[in-house]
Amino acid sequence: MRGQVPRKTILSFIGPAVLGLAIVGIAPLLYAIWTSLHFYNLTQLRRVEFIGLQNYWDVLTDEAFWQAMSRTFFLLGTALPLQIALGLGIALVLHQPGLTILKTLARLSLVLPMATTYAVVGLLGQVMFNQKFGVVNQLMGGADINWIGDPQNAFVMIIFWDVWQWTPFVALVLLAGLTMVPGEIEEAARLETKSKWTVLRYVQLPFLLPGLVAVLILRTADTLKLFDMVFTLTRGGPGASTEFISLLIQRVGFRAFDQGLASAQAIILLIVTIVLAQIYIRVFYKEV
Amino acid sequence: MTSTRSLWSQIALLAIIIAICVFPFYWMVTTSLKTQVVALEAPPVWLFEPTLNNYREALFEDGVLRTLMNSLIIAVCTTLLALILGVPAAFALARFEFRGKKDLWFWFITNRMVSPIVLALPFFLIARNLGLLDKHITLILIYLTFNLPIVIWIVTDQFRGIPYDLDEAARLEGASQFTIMRKICLPLAMPGVAVSAIFSFIFSWNELMFGLVLTRSEAKTAPAMAVSFMEGYNLPYGKIMATSTLIVIPVLIFALIASKQLVRGLTMGAVK
Repeated sequence: MRGQVPRKTILSFIGPAVLGLAIVGIAPLLYAIWTSLHFYNLTQLRRVEFIGLQNYWDVLTDEAFWQAMSRTFFLLGTALPLQIALGLGIALVLHQPGLTILKTLARLSLVLPMATTYAVVGLLGQVMFNQKFGVVNQLMGGADINWIGDPQNAFVMIIFWDVWQWTPFVALVLLAGLTMVPGEIEEAARLETKSKWTVLRYVQLPFLLPGLVAVLILRTADTLKLFDMVFTLTRGGPGASTEFISLLIQRVGFRAFDQGLASAQAIILLIVTIVLAQIYIRVFYKEV
Repeated sequence: MTSTRSLWSQIALLAIIIAICVFPFYWMVTTSLKTQVVALEAPPVWLFEPTLNNYREALFEDGVLRTLMNSLIIAVCTTLLALILGVPAAFALARFEFRGKKDLWFWFITNRMVSPIVLALPFFLIARNLGLLDKHITLILIYLTFNLPIVIWIVTDQFRGIPYDLDEAARLEGASQFTIMRKICLPLAMPGVAVSAIFSFIFSWNELMFGLVLTRSEAKTAPAMAVSFMEGYNLPYGKIMATSTLIVIPVLIFALIASKQLVRGLTMGAVK
């Protein structure tokens, strides 16, 4: 019989981990809630006072907050379709038979971008996209594009690096899905029809869905978390053109020193994250 | 069956994929071997006389070596701690039935989704009040928020794959659950433990935001160091790329070792 274990034994196995995560994960959150209910500025620590929900009201009526939020979802909305389209293309190429050595090589090189330190990606961006001595402008035939200093170009550059770093991830997840299709079924389908599209839509897609759901959930979470790469590349600028939600909170908390307001923003971000996670899990995991 | 033309187009596509993935690394390494004068040439030069000066200066004059050591100490310690706490929890999740198991599971997954800035704010204040700013232990502890879920998830999966009969046999001999875990299941689960350790190491090593917010000099991590070169007007691009190369090479090696499991690890909790 499985699971006939005394409670004390279970607790001794699970307790340390739960306690550990409670100390580093839950306690700080409670402290953040406390901070968010106070006027708490690092430059005026004598004046910490309880102000109720004032910070939350300030956040919810703050245009900068909503702009950062919509900017974040705009990035997700542009980068994710690109990643899925390119990733699917790469997965289909890698799934074809033959050329084993070259494909192994391709699969190994796909691993590199997603393991790269995010901060280093940002630094690389600074070097490669520099207007004067950057290699990107050179490769574009001696173009003279100001990537980092122009709001729109900077956003395009962020999309580029996000796509560079995470398309391989999408490709490898989808490739794993493609290899789950039973060989006989795929071959039978190919005898029936010449259209690759039909095979993809009716035979392979059902096997790709769980992977696509995972990609959607994780890319959403990671875009809400996005900080390191953008911070090293543009610091959210020029202006606020690449200031995504995590960058905004960092700036308010550590460069404007308003910990109370930043905590309120963080708590709202946390609520958005949890609600999104719940919706995704409810909607998709029932169908898949 | 495949015609020559489609074979060639396939080769071309694969070559493009590889080139796009690898080119930034090529550019990083070559820039790191340029003197400042060569690095600032416009348009950029592809052929030049390489020098290791940037590495020497970064490592020994600017203290990058120390920050690399800090990163190493922190990543190794937090990984060990995550294993010590996480492996027994994973064993319980895989082997025992108890109330609240699903909620516990959801909690672990949610930890993977939460933006680090949400924790960075309160952790900064708490660490400041307790005098724990710029200490290794602070980062070691806070990195548990993402390492522990990874370890628990991967190792639980691994424990589930071990036949229950083995436990049963040992229990009839009178072994305690702890002995069963340590003597019977753990040796068989070693591949999963190793992979989760690699992940935990990579994520801790790569982390920037907590390092930036919670350290100043004593415990400064390598990514935070690389970023601090970005201040001022005349940026030392060669040195920045040398530091970047030093940071990235260990993780790339680890990632290639664990490449088969990388996707599973990154989709943690989202794909069954």
